[in-house]
Amino acid sequence: MDTFIQLTIDALTLGSVYALIALGYTLVYGVLKLLNFAHGDVFMVGTFIGFGVLQLLGGPASPNVPVWALITIVTLAAMGGCAILGVVIERFAYRPLRDAPRIAPLISALGVSFFLANSMQLLFGATPRTYNSFEIGNGELYFKGFDIGNVRVPLLRIITIGAAFALMVALYVLVNKTRTGKAMRATSYDREAAAMMGIDIDRVITFTFILGSALAGAAGVMFALRVPTTVAIGFVAGLKGFTAAVIGGIGSIPGAMAGGLILGFAESYTQGYVSTKWSDLVVFSILVAFMIFRPQGLLGRADIRKV
Amino acid sequence: MTDSTPHSSGTPATGPAVGQDEWVARHAERRLIRRGPLAPMEERIRAVPWWAWLTLFVGVMCLLPAVSSSGYVRRVGFDTVLYMMLALGLNVVVGWGGLLDLGFVAFYGLGAYSYALLDSNQFHLHLPAYLAIPIVVVIGAIAGFLLGLPSRRLHGDYLAIVTLFFLQLFQTIATNGDSIFGHNVTGGAFGIFTVKPLHAFGHSLTVQHGGVFAVSYYYVALAFFTAIYVALRFVNLSRTGRAWRSLREDPLAAEAMGMPVNTLKLMAFSFGAAIAALTGTLFASLSASVLPLTFYFVLLITIYTMVILGGSGSQRGVVLGALVIGPLLELLRDPNKSRVIFYVALVTGLLVAFRLSRRLGLIVVATLAFGFVCRAIAGAIDHSWVSGSAPGGLQHVVSHWVIIPKHLAGWVPPVTYIGVIAAALLLTLVHGRLRLVLLPPTLYLAAFVWDNVMLTQPDPARYIVLGLILIALMIVRPNGLLGERRVEIV
Repeated sequence: MDTFIQLTIDALTLGSVYALIALGYTLVYGVLKLLNFAHGDVFMVGTFIGFGVLQLLGGPASPNVPVWALITIVTLAAMGGCAILGVVIERFAYRPLRDAPRIAPLISALGVSFFLANSMQLLFGATPRTYNSFEIGNGELYFKGFDIGNVRVPLLRIITIGAAFALMVALYVLVNKTRTGKAMRATSYDREAAAMMGIDIDRVITFTFILGSALAGAAGVMFALRVPTTVAIGFVAGLKGFTAAVIGGIGSIPGAMAGGLILGFAESYTQGYVSTKWSDLVVFSILVAFMIFRPQGLLGRADIRKV
Repeated sequence: MTDSTPHSSGTPATGPAVGQDEWVARHAERRLIRRGPLAPMEERIRAVPWWAWLTLFVGVMCLLPAVSSSGYVRRVGFDTVLYMMLALGLNVVVGWGGLLDLGFVAFYGLGAYSYALLDSNQFHLHLPAYLAIPIVVVIGAIAGFLLGLPSRRLHGDYLAIVTLFFLQLFQTIATNGDSIFGHNVTGGAFGIFTVKPLHAFGHSLTVQHGGVFAVSYYYVALAFFTAIYVALRFVNLSRTGRAWRSLREDPLAAEAMGMPVNTLKLMAFSFGAAIAALTGTLFASLSASVLPLTFYFVLLITIYTMVILGGSGSQRGVVLGALVIGPLLELLRDPNKSRVIFYVALVTGLLVAFRLSRRLGLIVVATLAFGFVCRAIAGAIDHSWVSGSAPGGLQHVVSHWVIIPKHLAGWVPPVTYIGVIAAALLLTLVHGRLRLVLLPPTLYLAAFVWDNVMLTQPDPARYIVLGLILIALMIVRPNGLLGERRVEIV
């Protein structure tokens, strides 16, 4: 029972990170119909921005900055940095290809992904970086918290899961209740018609990239607070994030959250009960099963193609 | 019009044939008519049949071992031939089928691993080549078919993600395959390192001859390459080849015309996978070992760059792409050649952008002057800023122009690197005089970054070059060097 609770908490943390990455894919796919391969690497850059800012503030054990401020500043910096990166990528690598055949931006995205990963390796090397989150406030994030049975739920986990859900709710409200969100949905539905109705498509797309990349930055900090980060994590993180988006139904925001959580649970339980090695196999099987039986995903609309 | 269609050189079209769109037919004809002083020569070159080109090319490739006796050069030649085979295989899936298969190198790995299991001490199986190679090719084709099955209902993006995940899965299995239900199958992260060279009828192919890479493997690879090229040439001209191209141009229209779209997709997958697996056997038997990480994202991007650079869809093109990128990656490994390549590329780029105009001279002079002034100022402030030594070729020339500090402060690489990228991106936004003013400092900064940051780390540096080639090609020339622009009919 204790293991089960432990694994469930792990699953929720991992799942919320995946869900945040998946949201970035889903948002971009929604408005551009583009699979943004570089998104995983934006996430990776986010972990490094967070690391850099943490060092600038005096490291995890810095006595000058209170714990809550430290985490908030690091997260906001990563979100901001990633947002800028996302906008630059969209402006220079995708916008010129907006009317090209669909395979062209995909290949450009592959190039961006490869370029980002290797640039980071050039500048910062392949050594893993750790946030040393245990030292933040002298282990405060790990010792504080509450108990379920014999299992301690550390504060760090609560913050991670809580922040991720807060971000998702905020995004949901933004997309469904505001004017900008309405413009995004309209663009996603029919870009040309939206443009004729006076919606500035370029601005909507830029805004979408800001949102998606900022979420990736937040996910990056949450990820790196748990485990060390390297320049190579972008590939697998992006893959898992996109799988989550596909499982949930690409283009659907609640779907991305659900997909992320499913992936988190599948991985966590497989690693806990079966084997740490084969969780990729389980996730791949889930993906293939969805492809065969429900290609539109859990919450996605069936794709009606107009000729 | 792809390069396979017979050209009616010179003679104007008498009129569109039955069942052919008139506009398309005339458009293709218009594109064939060249003007200018070189036009007759171009027509002459166009008239040379494809098999003559192939013979000439293979003949020249055969001469490589005669030209250079260095084992290294021969090995690079062998690797390039393998790249050409892989590019031909990927061209079937991406160029003809129009399917974005990101799991392609997994099939290459599958071929290599299958061969390793069939001819090594792993299971103490030692099959001769005439059995092992067909088995591996069939395994590859079946694997391609199986991967294609769940993907056949999906269009581009979903297919990409399933195949990419397949690549990741192949990695997982190869790395963790040393304990599948207690059996050591793939040798885990250390791979299998007892693979035997190709052998048949009691003879085995020599890998090394007196410590130098033997030429026999090179010729075997070249023979395989020629066979694949010719076979694919005929496939492309066949019903299936035409059906694939129709699938690439418009899957919906192809389906409406009664094409068996699913079967065609599966066939393209199987063809590509089989070719990749065949190439894998050559690789495994030559290098005597297979490691999981050989078959990963880096190789995938490399082959994609080759196909895209050459022009996806054109057989000649992808071979040319492999012929350019393969040796280029090797040359970039070496700081001596890497610097020469950088400056040659810089000058070529300027020549292409400005032709032989007055502006070109202006920019070259301005850049050189800017460099000397910068270096003089830096040297006057602190001599250690310019007293560093630059490893590699052109050292004496370059170190008088580029600032090469003795010790590079930690903040310099990130700031200058990001600075040069920002400046280059800015250059694409501004026009006219401002662009001319900004160009010299950007060029100088690029030279500084190349000499101080990139030269010392060839591995990320050469992959960065690959990534940049991919992005730039997609924006500037998506049809590559030899690919023909597709005819858009709206």
